[in-house]
Amino acid sequence: MTRISLTVDGARVSDDVEPRTLLVHYLRETLGKTGTVIGCDTSNCGACTVHLDGHSVKSCNVLAVQADGAEVTTIEGLAQDGRLHPVQEAFRECHGLQCGFCTPGMIMQSVDLLNENPNPTEEEIRLGLEGNLCRCTGYHNIVKAVQHAAAQGAGTATAAGAGAGAGA
Amino acid sequence: MTATQERPADEVEREIGRERRRKEDQRLITGRTRWTDNLTLPGMLHLAMVRSPFAHARITGIDTTAAKQATNVVGVFTGADLADSLGACINAWAITTDQVTPDHPPMPADRVTFAGEIVAVVAARSAAEARDAAELVDVEYDELPAALDLKEAAEATADTGAALAHPELGTNRSAYWVFDSAEAGTGGDVEEAIAQARTDGILLEREYRQQRLIPAFMEPRSVVVDPTGEQITVWSATQIPHILRFAIAATTGVPESKIRVIAPDVGGGFGGKLQQTPEEMIAFAVARRLGKPVKYTETRSESLMSAHHGRDQWQRLTLAATKDGRVTGLKVDLLADLGAYVAIVGGGVPVLGAFMFNAIYKFPAYRFQCQTVLTNKVWTDAYRGAGRPEATYAIERLMDELAAEVGEDPLAVRERNWIKHEEFPFQTVAGLEYDSGNYEAATARAKELFGYDELRAEQQRRRESGDRVQLGIGISTFTEMCGLAPSRVLGQLNYGAGGWEHASVRMLATGKVEVVTGASAHGQGHETAFSQIVADRLGVPFDDVEVLHGDTQISHKGLDTYGSRSLVVGGEALVRAADKVVEKAKPIAAHLLEASVDDLEFGGGRFHVRGTDQGIAITEIATAVFAAHNLPDGVEPTLDSEATYDPVNFNFPHGTHLCAMEVDTETGALSMRKYVCVDDIGNIINPLIVSGQVHGGLVQGIAQALWEEAVYDDSGTLVSGSFVDYLLPTAADTISFEIDHTTSPATTNSLGTKGVGEAGTIASTPAVVNAVVDALRPLGVHDVQMPCTPERVWRAINSSGSGGATEGAAAPHFDASTGMEGTVDRTAGAQDGGTDA
Ligand code: FES
Ligand code: FES
Repeated sequence: MTRISLTVDGARVSDDVEPRTLLVHYLRETLGKTGTVIGCDTSNCGACTVHLDGHSVKSCNVLAVQADGAEVTTIEGLAQDGRLHPVQEAFRECHGLQCGFCTPGMIMQSVDLLNENPNPTEEEIRLGLEGNLCRCTGYHNIVKAVQHAAAQGAGTATAAGAGAGAGA
Repeated sequence: MTATQERPADEVEREIGRERRRKEDQRLITGRTRWTDNLTLPGMLHLAMVRSPFAHARITGIDTTAAKQATNVVGVFTGADLADSLGACINAWAITTDQVTPDHPPMPADRVTFAGEIVAVVAARSAAEARDAAELVDVEYDELPAALDLKEAAEATADTGAALAHPELGTNRSAYWVFDSAEAGTGGDVEEAIAQARTDGILLEREYRQQRLIPAFMEPRSVVVDPTGEQITVWSATQIPHILRFAIAATTGVPESKIRVIAPDVGGGFGGKLQQTPEEMIAFAVARRLGKPVKYTETRSESLMSAHHGRDQWQRLTLAATKDGRVTGLKVDLLADLGAYVAIVGGGVPVLGAFMFNAIYKFPAYRFQCQTVLTNKVWTDAYRGAGRPEATYAIERLMDELAAEVGEDPLAVRERNWIKHEEFPFQTVAGLEYDSGNYEAATARAKELFGYDELRAEQQRRRESGDRVQLGIGISTFTEMCGLAPSRVLGQLNYGAGGWEHASVRMLATGKVEVVTGASAHGQGHETAFSQIVADRLGVPFDDVEVLHGDTQISHKGLDTYGSRSLVVGGEALVRAADKVVEKAKPIAAHLLEASVDDLEFGGGRFHVRGTDQGIAITEIATAVFAAHNLPDGVEPTLDSEATYDPVNFNFPHGTHLCAMEVDTETGALSMRKYVCVDDIGNIINPLIVSGQVHGGLVQGIAQALWEEAVYDDSGTLVSGSFVDYLLPTAADTISFEIDHTTSPATTNSLGTKGVGEAGTIASTPAVVNAVVDALRPLGVHDVQMPCTPERVWRAINSSGSGGATEGAAAPHFDASTGMEGTVDRTAGAQDGGTDA
């Protein structure tokens, strides 16, 4: 067992974990952060995507011990002060989800994508989401949602309102 | 209650047809979800399965000693240990009275029949410990010859020494199902049509492969069983909580009333969660044995190898036509791979397709015959469309072939054969009555959106200039039968259950409304769409309606969700239940208003006394009924109502799908440029939800055409056993679509709606393959086998001689021996037809 201390969705947490424990298992089983889900065992689906120190990672691909001292944000910590993140809003507005299983990962990845590139083209969005599988939506409305969020200025401040590539 | 709390009548009527944002989403986008795997109960144990690595083997010994001694392991069980309580996995549809149906024990004790079958289960205090201990279970096998190839398996008999999936049955043939229009009296004799075409007409003989696919819902299957209450509670990631409860009760002897099944949030199904699974039965048995709650959640690898697959057919087709391209007869001869067992609907899947090969066309003669075959691979069953994509693929590919033969535009040849809009209702050669449709309108709109004539002109230019990148235009004018299903028809087909659906509407004292449906959503948006229907019907605010489903204790009666049935069957049940509420409220309204029942009219949520400004809201009546102080004599103090609706007919959405595909003739690389579809799904409750269903359906159908295939190696191991090898499309592989609708309301339900869940998948596969072939037709290519990988396309272009790529193209796109794409032995290319120039 190894002691780790980190911040998850704004809360300081500390636990003893087995060295082999994956971050996603730590989040789900130890912390009860079941908003983050597991869709595969080969790091292909992206359902488990969270932010580690502000950047998206597949939490099935990171050991809990690697997150020691880090700041983790999951889908459950994305809304601030009861206000949805603009990307969350956009997914609802554009019907970017059906069963919703891929959605936490898809939203976390989209937030990261827009932080990196506030005004992505459709192609950039599609490439940016390549590591996240969705079986329900055919991606059409997910792409629209990201475009919509971009138009709302969901990326970093400089992008606000520019809305390039938001053909929705 | 005052008038300000109600909406004006004209606004009330607007709920149906609105792009309501989904009620479901708030939880899903914030991670407040109830997936089965999220559930933790006090003292809960975790299960891990020990699975067979062999496709077919006798189990000669299982040593569980080491596993039992592992830390925190609570129990290890084999099939023999649990034999008396495991129940069985049922087949609900013996398609013929003499169907050969092997017994399906959830955990066989003596013989495994596919790689991935469960032979032992470990229960431990944590999932990791259970998995570790499962590694310690030592199973000895005596390997048996495995029946793997569908065609070979169909021919195998005990005397030939060929492999049998179940040697004790003496055959791999399960059932032979025939429909013949001459025998049924619905049309002529197909053999006559074929003879006629042979001497004086066009005769097309083709063989198409429907590759094996994996539904690959994103949420892995998971089950939790809690035996500690008065009822045994089962949470399962299933599409069919009601059917599952029945199946558990029927096969374990536990009274149905002692079982509660809950499908909480379910992450997609697509038919793949329409199953009573061995995993559910094993978890049920272990929980009862240990008296503790247990949870089992599969890994993705387990899911791909053991959750049922779909499709997997060989289709031999003979189409007879006149020289000017009028079809005179169609004969379909199918081989369908069941896998190792006949799954719950298993053998019925091709039968669901049997009525659809004639599609939107007026064929005078039709024969369908299908042999279902057992093999040592995982069982097959429903996958989005279930039988109808296979049928649509075959006929839409054939119509393109016919057009090429006649030398005309494929849309013109289709139109020559299709049912004209003024001919509805139309009795088809397969014995169905199509109630409504307008193929002309959908096609005209699709051509316009697509820029059909311009793209054809561009295609011509590229052909003439010998452009390296050729343009193909693919067409699919599909229809399907959905809204499963009239119980009487199911009875005639020997299906084990009915096809009705149940709904109830509860009027709460505070004016809120609870709606309970027997349909079981897993991503479709029932809560939103059903709220819209009830809001309109009762004239109450959308937000005041709560839709409950997926729990047999709340929704005591239902037949769940599949076959695009929820709206057209479940929605109609709901309409009827809501109408009963209004009927019940009426005499009470008259009493409270001191008016005659005959003077009342209902609209906008209120009963009005005709010709006065007097009225009362239905929600006020609900409050009055709750108090029950002042009701007419003899009136029951409730407005709550329920309805069970059995559809009178299937439901027939249709549409025209057009795909433009660029094909690099040097590399075989494909690039989809445009996809347009115009679907006629009748009246639309929520256009936003409909668009989502269409997009998602399209991509699943396109994926069959271009990417997906479940491949087994020579020893029966699933090679495409992870998401590395089973190629689900990503956002980067797909494009945005242009979709629109025409509207011919269904005449068989009061909402005028048709199903939409499967339409995109059914339609898109042939549109895409037709586009690929259309691009290459001048090069002599008339078929590319699915999935149309660049390699297969390249080979089709580069092989010469013998007609028909079908046969040669059968080389796996994925080399099972190396797991590498594109390493198939090139010498096989010699037979790799693809040209008939
Ligand atoms: S669970 Fe699939 S990538 Fe992490
Ligand atoms: S919404 Fe179901 S997998 Fe994406």
